[in-house]
Amino acid sequence: MARVLLRNLNRMYDEVPAVKDVNLEIRDKEFVVLVGPSGCGKTTTLRMVAGLESITSGEVLIGDTVVNDLPPMDRDIAMVFQNYALYPHMSVYDNMAFGLKMRGVDRAEIGKRVQEAADILGIGEYLKRKPRQLSGGQRQRVALGRAIVRHPQVFLFDEPLSNLDAKLRVQMRVELKKLHSRLNTTAVYVTHDQVEAMTLGDRVVVMRGGEVQQVGEPLELYNAPANRFVAGFLGSPAMNFAAVRVSNGASGLRADSPGFSIDVPSEIDPRLRPYAGREVTMGIRPEDLHIANGGDPPGLCLDGIVEVVERLGAEILLDLQVGGQTMVVSVEPTVRAQRGDKLRFVLRPNRLHFFDPASEAAI
Amino acid sequence: MIEGAKWRRWVYFYIPLGAFIVWLLFPFYWMLVTSVRPDRELYRPWMAPNYAPFWTAHPTLVHVVDLLTETLFARWMLNTLFIAIVSTIISLFCGLLAGYALARLKFPFGGSLGTGIFITYLVPQTLLFIPLADIIRNFQLGDTPWALVLTYPTFLIPFCTWLLMGYFKAIPRELEECARIDGATRWKAMLYIIFPIAVPGILSAGIFAFTLSWNEFIYALVFLSSAEQKTVAVGVTSELVRGDVFYWGQLMAGALLGSIPVAFIYSFFVEYYVAGLTGSVKG
Repeated sequence: MARVLLRNLNRMYDEVPAVKDVNLEIRDKEFVVLVGPSGCGKTTTLRMVAGLESITSGEVLIGDTVVNDLPPMDRDIAMVFQNYALYPHMSVYDNMAFGLKMRGVDRAEIGKRVQEAADILGIGEYLKRKPRQLSGGQRQRVALGRAIVRHPQVFLFDEPLSNLDAKLRVQMRVELKKLHSRLNTTAVYVTHDQVEAMTLGDRVVVMRGGEVQQVGEPLELYNAPANRFVAGFLGSPAMNFAAVRVSNGASGLRADSPGFSIDVPSEIDPRLRPYAGREVTMGIRPEDLHIANGGDPPGLCLDGIVEVVERLGAEILLDLQVGGQTMVVSVEPTVRAQRGDKLRFVLRPNRLHFFDPASEAAI
Repeated sequence: MIEGAKWRRWVYFYIPLGAFIVWLLFPFYWMLVTSVRPDRELYRPWMAPNYAPFWTAHPTLVHVVDLLTETLFARWMLNTLFIAIVSTIISLFCGLLAGYALARLKFPFGGSLGTGIFITYLVPQTLLFIPLADIIRNFQLGDTPWALVLTYPTFLIPFCTWLLMGYFKAIPRELEECARIDGATRWKAMLYIIFPIAVPGILSAGIFAFTLSWNEFIYALVFLSSAEQKTVAVGVTSELVRGDVFYWGQLMAGALLGSIPVAFIYSFFVEYYVAGLTGSVKG
């Protein structure tokens, strides 16, 4: 049983809160990713779980034990650091064996476990080398190996892939995912990369300014973001936002902006009704806009002038000018659009998001 | 590196560098030539027709033999060695612990304590020897090696502390954090992880401390009086300059022999030493 429970966790740095009232349950064997921009408190939270950072108030439980006052070594955790933190004066073998030696595991057992971990990670032939003789990806594996030989209750990852180049990062991401399903251990993973968060996490915790914004499964966060921040943070390219004025039209609510005017879908209508006559923020993801084919309802269409064409291969991104606001649209790679073209787009009504302009919460 | 035509490399690199090396090494060359020059050449007036100041046609070891047989030079070497080694060990030990604490531990007034230690290093020895002499007398340590073994750390400890503090700060904190998660106590993490990585820094602090105490002059001059207790620096200058008579040959032979241990240590550890001063720690 190795769930991790954070209760009203707070951390202040000289009166400035770095982590504010974080409540989170990480279930046994779950892979939870903490994600957010730099300075959002995700690493501080992880370090409090590790015992490297003192806790201003609140509780951290690992299993059923409150570990607030336990030193890192007694928490039965293993951590992988961003810069790998390999001991430069020790061989790969000794790096991996260090934790076991410190715990007085006998030599035969150490040898067995190191070999086992080295086989899993494919670093068996480097065991005698020093860290500086290894490439970035190999060092990363050693750092992982050092964590897994310990058979800890909880793995903590602090941006482990951010020092790798893009290609290797994708490869290691897949391996991490495999590794987790193989080891079947609770893991807490910190990253600022939303792709890593979405792909790795069983559940994702989005943080900002020391506070948890939303917790949920990746697609749940993507499809139903709790607020404008989460909506804008997850997804690449990011969701388009436009200020619209809600008004009562002949056939229900309308959302008007200088560049377009659309009918609010009936299922959102009751929630948006209190905002009639006021401005709200409308959000639509780039892939939820399509080039109109003439037969589309005019109440869901908007016109845009193409400003930039980004050909990514699998898709093309169009930067549009829509009545003074910029929007990004993802279209099929077969679309031949030029700068200056005027195109009509239709949006998917059930993929529209509306946010309260003051609280930024989803409506 | 200088790029372009070959003459540019000569004009901007080899010739200035060569001149600099000659400038630096000339005193040592002078020391060497003087120590093997027979007396009749040494005291030949400069307008004599066969005056040759930069070399000698009749090298002799008589000064070295005289130095070793007629003075207490060997004894001075042993004294200096003992004092330098013991005070270096004391200073390194204190400097390691203090430097680590100042670099890594958070405690009240840690920063001002560090500055305080540094300030003690700035107080000139030429002033400090007066109160220290009083203390040495009160403890009845005068004219014993302990007078120097215990006073040299007053400037060596701040020196080692600061050098090592800088070195420890350059070691990524994560290494230690990782060790502590791996199951090491702070003490063990320090012993197994931080100190081994800091070896270049520790060695250069040690070499510096050794050199400083080997070359120290004023405390040795003030605190030691009998000939058999003296260090090389003081012994050579006080026993081989009698009144206005300079025993140049023996003086220079003493200076030459006295600089060999330091030169030896430097050449032995030069790689560590450079690494220690440039502080290159790779994680």
